[in-house]
Amino acid sequence: MKTKAFSLIILYCVFQTFMFGQTEGMVYIEGSRYLPLYGRDSTVVEVKDFNMDIYPVTNKEFKQFVEKYPKWQKSKVIKLFADGNYLGNWENDLELKDTENPNSPVTYISWFAAKDYCECQGKRLPTVDEWEYVAMADETTKDARVKPSYNEQILAWYEAPRSNENLIGESPKNAWGVYDLHGLVWEWTLDFNSVLITGESRKDVDKDSNLFCGSASVNATDLMNYAAFMRYAIRGSLKAKYSMKNLGFRCVQDINK
Amino acid sequence: MVITLASCNSNKSEKASDELAVYQCPMQCEGEKTYSEAGSCPVCKMDLQPIEVLETKVLDENSVSEESIFNLTSTWNTEEGEKIQLEDLKGKTLVMVMIYTTCKAACPRLVADMRNIEAQISKEKLDNLRFVLVSIDPKTDTSERLKAFAKENLMDGEQWTFLQGTESSVQEFANVLSVKYKKISPLDFSHSNIISVFNDKGELIHQQEGLGVDNKETVETILQLTQE
Repeated sequence: MKTKAFSLIILYCVFQTFMFGQTEGMVYIEGSRYLPLYGRDSTVVEVKDFNMDIYPVTNKEFKQFVEKYPKWQKSKVIKLFADGNYLGNWENDLELKDTENPNSPVTYISWFAAKDYCECQGKRLPTVDEWEYVAMADETTKDARVKPSYNEQILAWYEAPRSNENLIGESPKNAWGVYDLHGLVWEWTLDFNSVLITGESRKDVDKDSNLFCGSASVNATDLMNYAAFMRYAIRGSLKAKYSMKNLGFRCVQDINK
Repeated sequence: MVITLASCNSNKSEKASDELAVYQCPMQCEGEKTYSEAGSCPVCKMDLQPIEVLETKVLDENSVSEESIFNLTSTWNTEEGEKIQLEDLKGKTLVMVMIYTTCKAACPRLVADMRNIEAQISKEKLDNLRFVLVSIDPKTDTSERLKAFAKENLMDGEQWTFLQGTESSVQEFANVLSVKYKKISPLDFSHSNIISVFNDKGELIHQQEGLGVDNKETVETILQLTQE
């Protein structure tokens, strides 16, 4: 009897590892400490282990979501949670416009919608620190920020027009096995509102109120990392109900140990 | 995980299906008279037209508009240890601000701004008004702590409410207010200084940004809202 119970426990553990260790469509990201562009007082931040979606959420996937949760359909979403551009490239509640591809990343999406999507899959949005941690990898190195080619490649994308209409998974995956962090669309993060570098923040934020203008650049730990600087600037200017053409999302999941 | 899934499922759209159809003569021969069935007008014999009347108005009063913060269904602890939802504050003009009690720099000034606004409102109008201070540090700011803070700052009256949420509900609430905040150290946050005024239906009417700024507009907005 005892051995049977024991083997059941073992089986459960194996099963659980299988269930939670690696979820379909996600890869395991081993946490670490690193120096982001804007950390807490520009110090090293710690990222715990987590799983990340390999691809950004696509139009097709979001369609399945709104079929199940009608409150996020284009005509039913309430104004508190999304502005007028929400799903602006959809013909109606359940159909994309003809020009759009089901395998393009979903965009015109608000933070509230993205957050709920992830929660309904038992996941969540990544934090800024988590997203940036995975995004500093190129095809071969997990921290490629020192390579000139890394920044050049990302900046080349920032110049390319209408990249939101491209399909997922067409550029090479990065060293973690994650696709399209750069190259298609910007992505929502859970705590995007922790980035305090907006124009307003000079007057309405208590930290260094008079120095804020200059401190935005002085804070940057890596002045070469202009691409990341742009991402933080965008996050700082976003409001949660904004829905933009080039802003999508992907989810992550904590690892239950 | 089970909890988040459950909350997802509870959000399925609920619609009042028993809306009563009401008919009226398009020429209004009999003034405002209405009928509960289709037919023709006894005076001009024109077909009666279905109209949307009182029902919708009644609905408006009970239901919550799309832009209302009462759409947020999270549960909060008050400084009195009660559990409430934002909708429980319905019916009063709301003046809201996000603070944390261990704050040394901006919050005392924000709190002073709130008291300054309160001082400009007459006693009888205070009944229709609630000043709500939401903590951005739900881990530290428990009900007890908020109560102590309220007493310390002479904000323990009926018109003051302090709220403790969860990390997730606070984040959501901040995003509704467009308030930005960031944890700098365990007891210190950097945050936007914004005082928001909502009407009694929970719709955002006015936001005042900055510290120690002229609060004339904010006070005027409150006076207008409490007059109605």
